[in-house]
Amino acid sequence: MKAFARAFAGTWALVRLILRRDRIVLPLWVLSLALLPVAIANTMKDLYPTGAERQSYIDIVTSSPTFLALYGHAFGHSLGAITAWRLGGTVLFVGLASLLTIIRHTRAEEEAGRRELLGATVVGRQASLFAALLVTFGADVALGAIAAATLVAYGLPVAGSVAFGLAWAVFGWVFAAVAAAVAQATEGARAARGISIAILGLCLVLRMVGDVGRKEGPFWISWLTPFGWIQRIHLYGDQRWWIFVLFAGVVAVFFASALALSARRDLGSGLLPTRPGRAAAVGWLRGPLGLAWRLQRGSLLAWTFGFAALGAILGGIAEGGVEVIRDNPKLEVVVQRLGGSSGIADTYFAAIMGLLGLIASGYAIGAALRLRGEETSGRVEPLLASPVSRWRWAASHLAFALLGPAVLLGVAGIAAGLAYGLSTGAVGDDLPRVLAQAMVQLPAVWVLVGVSTALFGLLPRLAASVGWAVLAACVLLEEFGRPLQLSKRVLDLSPFAHVPKLPGDDVFAAPLVWLALISAVLVAAGLLGLRRRDVL
Amino acid sequence: MDDENAISASGLVKTFGETRALDGLDLSVRSGEVHGFLGPNGAGKSTLLRVLLGLIRKDSGEVRLLGGDPWRDAVALHRRLAYVPGDVTLWPSLTGGEVIDLLGRMRGGLDKGRRAELLERFELDPSKKARAYSKGNRQKVALVAALASDAELLLLDEPTSGLDPLMEAVFRGCVEEERSSGRTVLLSSHILSEVEALCDRLTIIRDGRAVESGTLADLRHLTRTSIAAELNREPVGLAELPGVHDLRVEGRRVRCQVDAAGLDGLLAHLTPFGVRSLISQPPTLEDLFLRHYETGQQDARPPRQAGLAR
Repeated sequence: MKAFARAFAGTWALVRLILRRDRIVLPLWVLSLALLPVAIANTMKDLYPTGAERQSYIDIVTSSPTFLALYGHAFGHSLGAITAWRLGGTVLFVGLASLLTIIRHTRAEEEAGRRELLGATVVGRQASLFAALLVTFGADVALGAIAAATLVAYGLPVAGSVAFGLAWAVFGWVFAAVAAAVAQATEGARAARGISIAILGLCLVLRMVGDVGRKEGPFWISWLTPFGWIQRIHLYGDQRWWIFVLFAGVVAVFFASALALSARRDLGSGLLPTRPGRAAAVGWLRGPLGLAWRLQRGSLLAWTFGFAALGAILGGIAEGGVEVIRDNPKLEVVVQRLGGSSGIADTYFAAIMGLLGLIASGYAIGAALRLRGEETSGRVEPLLASPVSRWRWAASHLAFALLGPAVLLGVAGIAAGLAYGLSTGAVGDDLPRVLAQAMVQLPAVWVLVGVSTALFGLLPRLAASVGWAVLAACVLLEEFGRPLQLSKRVLDLSPFAHVPKLPGDDVFAAPLVWLALISAVLVAAGLLGLRRRDVL
Repeated sequence: MDDENAISASGLVKTFGETRALDGLDLSVRSGEVHGFLGPNGAGKSTLLRVLLGLIRKDSGEVRLLGGDPWRDAVALHRRLAYVPGDVTLWPSLTGGEVIDLLGRMRGGLDKGRRAELLERFELDPSKKARAYSKGNRQKVALVAALASDAELLLLDEPTSGLDPLMEAVFRGCVEEERSSGRTVLLSSHILSEVEALCDRLTIIRDGRAVESGTLADLRHLTRTSIAAELNREPVGLAELPGVHDLRVEGRRVRCQVDAAGLDGLLAHLTPFGVRSLISQPPTLEDLFLRHYETGQQDARPPRQAGLAR
C-alpha cells in the first residue's frame, strides 16, 4: 500500500499546475459544450412545438441517409429525445477535447522535457498521468453536470437529463482513458494525438456505417462504438442504465492499461525501442522543401489513407440509404422534392463532403501552423541562418497546407465516387459528380489556411490559438448555425457557407473564385508580415 | 565601413517591450580574428547574434556584417557564415547525420572528408535520432555542421555548453585550426579559460552595452594587479598612495590591489622598507569579468538572505 501511495505522490500539486495552465482553455470547452444541449433543445421546441410535428420531422429525417450518417437513429420523439438525437454526433467534441487535454499534459510534457524537471521533485511515477486523468475526468463530469442541470432547468425530465449528462461525461472518460493508454505507447505527442483522434474517428465511421445500413444489414456495427451506446441508452425514453456498464468497463480497461504501461516504461520512451536511422541524408533532403516533406510526409500519408477509407465507406453506404428512402411509400413526396433518388444522393454527398472539408481544414491548419511550431521551438534558427529566405522557408510548409487538402479531398472524392458508382453501376456518371462535390470544398479550406498564415505573419503569438478557434467557429456555424437559428449574416461568416451545393447550384464558379482570392490575399498578408517582423 | 572588420556595430539598440536587450552596443570584430564575447546571462549576447543573423531587426544604431546589412542582405550573407545556436533544438525524427547534411547542403555543400573527420573527433554517432541525443550531443551536431562548412565567418553562441572537458579540448583544437586557416570567429562564451586560450580580442557586455573591449593585454592593463610583499620593516604611508586598493598590512606583510597606473609608484614606495619577497599577480580574466559583473548588481538584486527567509 505504501508503494502504491508513493507512485501517486504529488498528484494534487500537479492537478493544481494543470488547472493553472489550462485556466482559460478548460472552462472554455467545458462551458461551450455544456451549454449547447439546452440551446439545441430550445431551438427544437421553437421549430417543432407539438409531438405530432416532431414525429413527422423524425420520420422524414431518419429515413434520409444524410441525417442517419450525421446523427444516427432516433428512439422516440419527445423534445428530449429529439434533442439527444440531434446531438448524437456532437458528443464527438467531448471526446476530442478530453483526449487532447490528456495528451497535452502527458506525452507532450514528457517530450518537451518538462516532466523530467517535475519528476526530480517529490512526484510519483504515476502522478502526472493520474493528475491529467483526474482533471479531464473532473472536467467531463462538470460538463455533464452543467448540461444536465440546464436541461432540467429548461423543463426536460430529470431522469433523461441526468442520463444525458452522465452519457456525455462517460463518453469523455472513454477517450481520455484511450488517450492516456496511447500516450504511453508512442514517443512523440504528435503521433499520440494522431492515433487517439484516429480511434475516435473510426468509432464515428463505424457508427455511421451501422446506422445508414438497413436494420437487417450491418446495424450491429454501431454497437461496437461509444457513439452507438449513447443512442441505445434511449435518452428521454426508457433509459437503459445498464449500458453505462459498457462505458465503465471500457474506461476501466484503458485506465488500467495506461497505468500499467506507465509503471513499466522508462521516462521519454515509448513501447517500441528507437531504431537507429540513416547516418547520412538522402539526396533530396537538401533544402526547406525537402525538410518539410521529411517532417510532414508521415502525417500526410496517414491522413490520405484515412480520407481514402472514409470516402470509400461513406460512398459505399450511400446507395443502401437511398434505397431505404426510395422504397418507403410514405416518403414519396419528400423524395420528389429532393429531386428523385439522384437528388437524395447529391444532398447526402454535399453534406458528407462539407464534413470532410472541415476535417481537411484541421489537417491544413495543422500543416500551416508547423511554421509557428518550428519558430517557437527554435528549430527555424539554423534554417534561417543559412542562405534561405523567409519566404522560401514559409513556402515549404504552406505547400503542404495548400496542396495537402487538395490531395485529401481528391482521394476522398475518388474513393467515394468509385464506391458509390460501383453500387449503382454508373461509375462514369457518379464519379465526376462526387469528386466535384469534394473538390469545391478546397477554396473554403484555403481561406482557413489563409487566416492561419496571416496570423502567423502579423500576430504570431495568436496564430495557434486563434487559428484553431476559427476552425472551431466554422464547425459551430456549419453544424449548429441553422439549428441555433443564427442570422444569415452570421452564417455567411464561415467560408463553407459559400461552397456551392453541386450539382444544381446555378452560380458555382463565382463564390469559389472569391474564396480563392480571399485566401490568396490572406496568405500574401501573412508573408509580408513575416518578412517585416522579428523571428523568435 | 572599413573592410578589415567582419562585424561592426555602433550604438545598437533593440528593445522588447519594456526591456532594452541591446542598449547602445558597440562591437568590432576584425577579419581573421577570434573574438570573445563575454557577458552574464541576459546581457544581450544572443540578441546581438540574432540581429547579426537578420532574425530580428535593430531599432536603431549601425550594424554591418561582412560588408552588408544583416537584415536586408540576410540570404546573401548567410552563404558566407555558419552559426551554432546556444540552445540547439533539432527535429526529433531526424538523425544527427541527416541534420548535418541538410544544413551543410543548404549552405552550399559540405566537405565529406571533413564531416567524417569531425564526427570521429567529436565521437558523435550520426545514425541516432535527434530525440535520443543528450544536450551535449545536440551541440555536437550543430558544431560539426558549422565546422564542416567552408564559411568565412563562424558565429558561435556558447558552443561548449553541455560538452564534457574532453570535447571542449577537441573544440578548442578546431577553433585553433579555423584561426590558422584565416576564418573569423565570434565566440560568445562563459568559459573564461576558453576565451583566454582562444581569443585574440574580446568584448565584455553588460545590460546590452559593451563595457570593455580590446586584447586581453589591453584589458589587463585597465585593471588591478594584486601584490603580496614581505618587508624588512613595517611600512607607512601606503594608504595615501594613488591607485592602491584593498590594502591589508599585517606587521611586515602587505597585501593590496593596485591600478596599472599606480604600480610604479607603489613599488618605488615599498623599496625603502626593504623588500624580502614580492608576488605580483596579473589580473585573471575572471577578475576582469567579476569586476564588471558585480558592479551595479548590489542594488539590482535583492540580498540573498531575503530569499532564504521566506
